[in-house]
Amino acid sequence: MTTTPGGRHGGPSSGDIHALSGAYAVDALDDAERAEFEHHLAGCEACRWEVDSLREASALLPEIAPISPPPALRDRVLAEIATVRPLPPEVPAGSRAPEPADTVVPIRRRSRRLVTGLVAAAAAVALVGGGVTVWQPWDDEPGQEIVASPMQQVLEAEDAERYEQTFPDGAKATLVRSESMNKAVLLTEDMPPPPEGKVYELWLDHEEVGMVPAGLMEAGEHSLMLEGDPATALAAGITVEPAGGSEEPTSEPVALFPFDEA
Amino acid sequence: MEHLRPVPAGDPSPGSPAAPDLTDLLRRAARGDQAAFAQLYDATAARALGLATRVVRDPAQAEEVAQEAFLEIWRTASRFDPQRGSPLAWMMTIVHRKAVDRVRSAEAATRRDATYHRESEPVPHDATAEAAHASLEAHRVRTALGSLTPVQREALELAYFGGYTHTEVATMLELPVGTAKTRIRDGLIRLRDTMGVGA
Repeated sequence: MTTTPGGRHGGPSSGDIHALSGAYAVDALDDAERAEFEHHLAGCEACRWEVDSLREASALLPEIAPISPPPALRDRVLAEIATVRPLPPEVPAGSRAPEPADTVVPIRRRSRRLVTGLVAAAAAVALVGGGVTVWQPWDDEPGQEIVASPMQQVLEAEDAERYEQTFPDGAKATLVRSESMNKAVLLTEDMPPPPEGKVYELWLDHEEVGMVPAGLMEAGEHSLMLEGDPATALAAGITVEPAGGSEEPTSEPVALFPFDEA
Repeated sequence: MEHLRPVPAGDPSPGSPAAPDLTDLLRRAARGDQAAFAQLYDATAARALGLATRVVRDPAQAEEVAQEAFLEIWRTASRFDPQRGSPLAWMMTIVHRKAVDRVRSAEAATRRDATYHRESEPVPHDATAEAAHASLEAHRVRTALGSLTPVQREALELAYFGGYTHTEVATMLELPVGTAKTRIRDGLIRLRDTMGVGA
């Protein structure tokens, strides 16, 4: 077990723990961090999605360094497996069908959606309800001694751009993007919680790719670091999606933030 | 067989014209089909051994790691969930974990001595010897890697091919604690998005 020079500050904020997804995906966490992140992962669909997707990326790397295995290795492997019984499938509460599900998970390449259309749609949609929440975006970031939290770094970035959207009921959503950091943070104020069984899902609109999932904001959350590449995105958007989020938007956006051209 | 998360997405036939369907082979292997597993091995062993070798360096140990990994893949094939990713990602995750476990347990004692700096250089990423094996896919991966910032790429390669923790990577690259993990993640995200893979 390794210890960081400054010691691991107890209980990283949620922003910090999300940021471990990449290191987790490539086995670059120490045992304590790994346990901590796996605990978090059990309850964070966004991180599960991200880890899976990042493993797709890392799995490409061996492509650049193949080594032809000696025939003897093949013989050993095949001889060994002949003596080992494969495990039965796990059958957790109805989640595993005997055959892979027929539903094809949509791949990411989608035709580009017109930002202007979405802006119009967003403008036409009003949020219902009117919960009263106090905006305390840094509430969950207790004094980080060494460096500012990733979220704070974005908010305080020199090139931070702010995009605000207010809703008829007074709710406000602010998106802060730092192009140099390739990060964006969503802050909400007086935003009513999503309807029962729904979440707010964030999206980044990329040219020729379309809407790419950028994270989920659960009820009770008021700030979120977007995943993905905000620096190259054309816009960010928010939709209401079924719990767990969607692969692509299934409803009109409640907010859209077209980014200024660099 | 549908390709749930094709590698690469939207490009059905990247290099080899008759790439076997790994999902199908895995499913058959889970039922005890050794011939299917042999095909699975043939389709992936070069990458598995290449990865193991990058991490553990020693060729004999790398073969052991690859063998352990394939045994694990055989044993747990039924646990592969195509909803969550591609067979290749699942398999390489197992290989990588075995390789990392090997180096970490081997070095556990010395690592406690607080010497993170290793004499060995980071693995060179453009070894020309590999050019002979260069496939179209490998070329695409290299190109995608080239789109990373140097520090993203260095951090990612130290973590993935070097088997170092993000804290160790930060120390090796003289980055503030906590920033290496961001570099690794950002690099992976860029790689993912450039290659068009991922959920």
